[in-house]
Amino acid sequence: MKIKESLSWRIFNVFNICFMLLLCFIMIYPFWYVICASFSNGDLLLGHSKALFAPIGFTTDAYIGIFKNPMIMQGYINTLIIVVGGVAVNMIITTMGAYTLSRKDVYWNKLIMKLVTITMFFNGGLIPSYLLISRTLGLNNSFLAVILPLAVSTYNLIVLKTSFSQVPESLVESALLEGAGHFRVMAQVVVPLSKSILAVILLYYTVDRWNSWFNASIYLKDRALYPLQLILREILIQNDVGAMSDPTATDQYALSETIKYATIVVATVPILIVYPFVQKFFTKGVMIGAVKE
Amino acid sequence: MEKSTKNLINKNKVSWLSMVKKDFIKNKALYLIILPMLIYYAIFHYGPMYGALIAFKDYTPRLGVLGSPWVGFKHFVNFFSAPSFFSLLSNTITISLTMLVVEFPAAIILALLMNELKSQGFSKVVQNISYMPHFISLVVVCGMVKSFSMDTGVITNLLSLFGAPKENLLLNPSFFVPIYVGSGIWQEIGWNSIIYLAALTGVNPSLYEAASIDGAGKLKQLWHVTLPGILPTIIIMLIMRMGGILNVGYEKIILLYNDVVMDTADVISTYVYRKGLLEQSWSFSTAVNMFNSVINLMFLVATNIISKKLSDTSLW
Repeated sequence: MKIKESLSWRIFNVFNICFMLLLCFIMIYPFWYVICASFSNGDLLLGHSKALFAPIGFTTDAYIGIFKNPMIMQGYINTLIIVVGGVAVNMIITTMGAYTLSRKDVYWNKLIMKLVTITMFFNGGLIPSYLLISRTLGLNNSFLAVILPLAVSTYNLIVLKTSFSQVPESLVESALLEGAGHFRVMAQVVVPLSKSILAVILLYYTVDRWNSWFNASIYLKDRALYPLQLILREILIQNDVGAMSDPTATDQYALSETIKYATIVVATVPILIVYPFVQKFFTKGVMIGAVKE
Repeated sequence: MEKSTKNLINKNKVSWLSMVKKDFIKNKALYLIILPMLIYYAIFHYGPMYGALIAFKDYTPRLGVLGSPWVGFKHFVNFFSAPSFFSLLSNTITISLTMLVVEFPAAIILALLMNELKSQGFSKVVQNISYMPHFISLVVVCGMVKSFSMDTGVITNLLSLFGAPKENLLLNPSFFVPIYVGSGIWQEIGWNSIIYLAALTGVNPSLYEAASIDGAGKLKQLWHVTLPGILPTIIIMLIMRMGGILNVGYEKIILLYNDVVMDTADVISTYVYRKGLLEQSWSFSTAVNMFNSVINLMFLVATNIISKKLSDTSLW
């Protein structure tokens, strides 16, 4: 009886490992395909209908096409401005809010927490937000329209508040007794003690900013302001050859296929390079969120 | 008697006011620190809630939110009697329920399987690889989906081995939901499993020992120890899901759909987007959005009540 079970258990383990290997393959292969396709010859790629494990007819034409395209470079710059400016706003406002919320004996904290949590489940909707930002505040064609509406993520705020309140009360108390103001206690006691969780929040915000496109698509009408994701959308989704490379180039169709893949690589590489170094932080935020629940 | 009650109320009022005042003096700096955040929530979250009043009005920018004339439930009635109402509702529910039935358990099963891996190192590597797609932008994911499902794409070629037609899959209405759900699982299954993995590490190991001494096999242990151990987490996640039952996000669908597959791909949120932003029917679009939110809220509250009754686990 005992032996039989351990045998079936062993078979299960083998299947489990095979399944996990298959899973990893499914997760990685699309990226590998994109990389191979981006270095392939366009004509050969279009004629190729089997799985791709290495570039066919190796060429860097697609990348040369991209770097000649001023829109992609401009998009990169715009995205960098939005990411740096936006994440700075995110971190400052979220940290300050979380600090006060993590303090005990603040009368209005309970009410503020309730009002903040409600916004996770209820919002005014797409159009009232649009009318507010575009008409009332008049932020059309301004990076502020992209940066300000996402200044605080309620989820990140709650995670940060939870970990700030785990800083030993005695440290805060003694700093206050020595005459430090709350601002200094926050900056010199609580923030340094919460470095790792702040790194997590910083990463979440950075990825969100890097990837976001929708608000930019409704508020930024001037093409010179387009972030990278909007340029990508034109190239990948709307198949806009004009956006793809300069219009004087010929034999577009085949090259345009490989340029698509090369653009994906160029837009994703920053995240894929950073990923291995920061993945251990990524999951930490979810864990703290889970403990909270 | 009456006088003393009145006095008491007055006294309470005074003591409440002086308490608030004292609190404000003591915590002035803290309130100053949280002020930017309060302003943010007031403007960008509560501002639009006030602006949502236009669902009951015929809004024109010239008259503003307050000045525009009230029209009661006109826009809601118009939506309910619109020819596309039932198809929008059924598409939204189809996509959402498919996600619930397929994606939701998939993450739990993945976490259970990962938990059985003996090698910690291998398990970590698998986990990290499975989280990766979560961080890729939607535009890129949809761009890949689009390329792979062209008539010459990898997915099309793979499916044609099983007898599917060799055509652009995104132009076939019956493939839209599978593509949407499939790519969603690919992108989020690993990330969604983290929370269950965290819950699994919290299951008391002595329970497994006790179970195996009692002669419970692995499957019985799974059923009687592991699943009850992570049930509260599953229920909380389920309640959150039910609160978003009609929330099929517009971002991904806008990127994937086209005129040919509207019959199966158009959902309430994309309708809100088109009516409001492309056709500028602001009040109507806001009303549709509000209908959506109210249904969501009802599902959230109902699931929470049911779960509280059945399992003592609830969001509030």
